[in-house]
Amino acid sequence: MGVLPFRAVWYGADPLRKKGRTSRFRREGMVINMEFVKAFVVGGLFCVVGQILIDKTRLTPARILVIFVTAGVVLTAVGVYQPIVDFAGAGATVPLTGFGYALAKGVVKGIAEHGLVGVFTGGVTGTSGGIAAAIFFGYLIALIFKPSDKS
Amino acid sequence: MAVTNMGYGNMVKRKSKKSPLLKNMLWAFCVGGAICTVGQALADLFKQYGLSLLDASSATSITLIFLGAFLTGVNIFDKIAKHAGAGTLVPITGFANSIVAPALEFKSEGFVLGMSAKMFTIAGPVLVFGIASSVVYGLILWIFRLF
Repeated sequence: MGVLPFRAVWYGADPLRKKGRTSRFRREGMVINMEFVKAFVVGGLFCVVGQILIDKTRLTPARILVIFVTAGVVLTAVGVYQPIVDFAGAGATVPLTGFGYALAKGVVKGIAEHGLVGVFTGGVTGTSGGIAAAIFFGYLIALIFKPSDKS
Repeated sequence: MAVTNMGYGNMVKRKSKKSPLLKNMLWAFCVGGAICTVGQALADLFKQYGLSLLDASSATSITLIFLGAFLTGVNIFDKIAKHAGAGTLVPITGFANSIVAPALEFKSEGFVLGMSAKMFTIAGPVLVFGIASSVVYGLILWIFRLF
C-alpha cells in the first residue's frame, strides 16, 4: 500500500547480470500496486460511459453530471455500487457516481442514528466536505483569477 | 502515392466517422483513470496519516475539488478537457470545474448576482437531483423500517 503506483526495479544497471543468467534482481521484476490498477481501470470505464453518452446522445455536460449523481444514488440503493467501491476504491468514489454513493450511504447512516430526521440530514452530512469545498474553493478561485479571453 | 481524389475522400470519410468516438473514449479512459489513480494515492496517503476511511475519502474529494478549481482558474483545465472530454467531466474535478467556469465568466456582473449565483448553473441541478434522490431513497428506507 505504498504511495507510488508501482515498485520499480532497475534493470539496466543490474550488477549480477551475466550472459544467459538471470539474477535475483531480474527475477523480482516490477510489482504493480493492484489498488492503483483497479482504480485506474474502473474509474476510466466510468468516464468512457460518460464519453459515449456525450458522443452518441445530445445530452449536455450538465445533464450527464445530473445523470451520474442520480445513478450513483440509485445504484447504491439497489446494492450494486458498494461492491464496486470495495473493489475499485477511488475508481468508484472519485467519479460523480461516487458523490451519489456518498449521499445514499449518508442517508442510511442518518436514518440509523436519527430516524426520520436522518432522511433529510444524512445525505448532505455524508457529502458535506465535498459541497463546502466546492463552494468555498470555487468562489475563492473565481475571485482570485481572471476570466480567460475565450469567454 | 496512388490515392485518387475519390478514394481519398472515402478514406477521410471512413476515418472521420469512426475514429472520433474511439479516440475520445481512449482519451476519456486514460485521463479519467489517471485522475482516479491520483485519488487512490491521496486516499492512501491520508490513511497513512491516520485518517479514518470515511475522513480519508472526504479529504480526497476536497483535495481533488481544490485541484479541479485551481486548474480551471489558471486555464489549464480547459486545455486538458478539450481532449479528455468525459475524462475530466465525470470525476469530481468536473464538478469543481462546473462551478468555477461560470463564476469566472460572469465575474463582471458582480460578486452576488454574478459570481455566487452563476456558480450554481450546473452544480445547482446536480445538487437538486442528488439530494432529492437521496431523500426519496431515505423515505423509502424509513417506511420499510416501520414494518
